[in-house]
Amino acid sequence: MASAGLEAEQTETMTVREAIRETLREELDRDEDVFLMGEDIATMGGVLDVTGDLHEQFGKDRVRDTPIGESGFMGAATGAAATGSRPVVELMFSDFIGVAMEQTMNQMAKMRYMFGGKTEMPVTVRTTEGGGMGAASQHSGTVHAWIAHFPGLMAVAPGTPAAAKGLLKSAIRSDDPVFFFENKMIYEQSGEVPTDEEFTIPLGEANVEREGSDVTVVATQRLVGESLSVADDLEGDTDVEVIDLRSLYPLDTDTIVESLNKTGRLVVADESPLSYGTHAEVVARAVENAFYSLDAPIQRVGVPDTHMPFSPPLEGEVLPGGEEVRDAIERIV
Amino acid sequence: MPSIDLETEAGRKEALRRMLTIRWFDETAGERFADGEIPGFVHLYIGEEAVGVGACAALEEDDYITSTHRGHGHCIAKGLDPKPMMAELYGKRDGYCNGKGGSMHIADVDAGMLGANGIVGAGPPLGTGAALTIDRKDEDRVALSFLGDGAVAQGQVHSAVNLAATWDLPVIFLVENNGYGEGTPADEQHNVENLSATAGAYNIPGITVDGMDVTAVNEAVSEARKRARDGKGPTFIEAETYRFHGHFEGDEELYREDDEVERWEARDPIDSFAERLMDRGELTDDGFEELTKEAKSTIEEALEYALDAEEPTPQEAYDDMFGADVPELTRFAQQVRADGGPDHDNGGER
Ligand SMILES: Cc1ncc(C[n+]2csc(CCOP(=O)(O)OP(=O)(O)O)c2C)c(N)n1
Repeated sequence: MASAGLEAEQTETMTVREAIRETLREELDRDEDVFLMGEDIATMGGVLDVTGDLHEQFGKDRVRDTPIGESGFMGAATGAAATGSRPVVELMFSDFIGVAMEQTMNQMAKMRYMFGGKTEMPVTVRTTEGGGMGAASQHSGTVHAWIAHFPGLMAVAPGTPAAAKGLLKSAIRSDDPVFFFENKMIYEQSGEVPTDEEFTIPLGEANVEREGSDVTVVATQRLVGESLSVADDLEGDTDVEVIDLRSLYPLDTDTIVESLNKTGRLVVADESPLSYGTHAEVVARAVENAFYSLDAPIQRVGVPDTHMPFSPPLEGEVLPGGEEVRDAIERIV
Repeated sequence: MPSIDLETEAGRKEALRRMLTIRWFDETAGERFADGEIPGFVHLYIGEEAVGVGACAALEEDDYITSTHRGHGHCIAKGLDPKPMMAELYGKRDGYCNGKGGSMHIADVDAGMLGANGIVGAGPPLGTGAALTIDRKDEDRVALSFLGDGAVAQGQVHSAVNLAATWDLPVIFLVENNGYGEGTPADEQHNVENLSATAGAYNIPGITVDGMDVTAVNEAVSEARKRARDGKGPTFIEAETYRFHGHFEGDEELYREDDEVERWEARDPIDSFAERLMDRGELTDDGFEELTKEAKSTIEEALEYALDAEEPTPQEAYDDMFGADVPELTRFAQQVRADGGPDHDNGGER
């Protein structure tokens, strides 16, 4: 099911940044309850220029600049969502979730459950992750495993512009809290995006971006594109299947298992720290559900349990890329 | 004894020298960033020199400070060496943080500088903590936390001020109100005119001073330091200042008008202080030239040092994580990727 049904639809070439901005525009237009809030997202258009001109079209009530107080505005989004609004919050850099952990973990994630299901929590948190800009440890984290680990929160992380649109729509339309993780190094990546305003991708559905029979690479975010290039390079030698995981929670076990039943080999490529994270969960699902299909040790490509250092040679060392994916494939094929 | 005594002529000259050193450090950093030599983000302190220098001059050498993402000026004002500072901006091993931190994280704990900080509002809790150590160990020191106007919206700032006020800790909170948090004006982020009003909620003194005047800042901090040392607890100071450059280098500054910038530039804290010294007959035009030249050459040397310094080796990415030797990290370091990754001698073959 390569790029689910894209062939049949009208598409337009867009970058990830444009796909996100246009999706926000469509959703603001569609539903009065949807509004955006975050630091410098209106006048400045967002520090990474994602919200851009939206404030001009929708006004500063629907596209709100907040003071620099993450605990306050993440909590306010939680309260607003519990009372009939559909806030879409921009948390400038995902590391800043630290400042807002209380409202996220103990309030946003738990309210529906603790209230016996008697409240909804339609909040979307868009935030940017990852290294590669020399932005040092406090602006380069990949924290989606924390969120995906925590019961009551959903987490998605697109690897393509189309996935960005489809997942963001589903996140905004969901009545549950969804974190939407944008890797800051793929904003300029472009691809075909369906123009249909009803184009959604269900939360919890991975996508086989490229079919292959020798090895499965389950990748996320920037590493999807890198893995696809590696697969192209290896064509003729090794037939690589590349899956964009897309949803971290819920996680699409079926697509992974189906692929492993075919290939028998697994590489998991994700920019989280290696220990206790995204990789571990994918590997656990593989071992639980496809153990007898596995022909080789599973390989993990990620950040070796360090913070992202500032200095380019150090960041280059810990930041995983195509080379590491390729080495991992070659070790087991 | 304050580290620089502004009551003396020599002290005033030293203050001017530090302000000029900050100015040239940041001019240079800005140029080199624009040339693509310095990675990451760079936030310059140009225009705000009187605050850092006025405040740190009132501190003693072993007092602590915490800083912000705009920390170069605080470092130099506190007496840090521009050489390892510049080397850090270039990500070199001989930088203050071995290349791990960059512009936003320069620190020198031994010099009492507890770190610039990439997290807005994270400094004040750390300042309160340093003051707690001082109090517990009965040391003759204080802590001072710099923060921006934007940071005053952070919950952790208020929590820290409340704690310090409740426990009468020897800490000073110094807000650099430069009118903006990134591109959003301070008056859209706060409902009070003067941020020193914050102090009222904690029953501690709150004062607003002219942050373009090094002496005014110095007097306020001296007073606050005395109060802190007398066991009377924290003071909350707001210094009204302005940053002449954008929020970060490369900022298009669409949020403010040129004439606003010009109006503030006319009050350049370095020029106005130099003029005052000239009026007092303590400085001549030539003297000012001379100081400027010295500052420039200090920074040129720092730049040379940084350019000549060595890059860290990739293996160093795994250093400094823990004090303990952690086998996991050692393994990662040894398996540097070209060597072929984890070994599977436990038998992966079927
Ligand atoms: C917790 C957190 N939120 C947001 C940011 C992004 N950010 C960096 S600097 C800044 C503005 C800070 O404004 P202010 O405190 O007034 O300091 P100034 O830049 O004016 O010196 C923002 C929002 C951050 N680094 N940390």
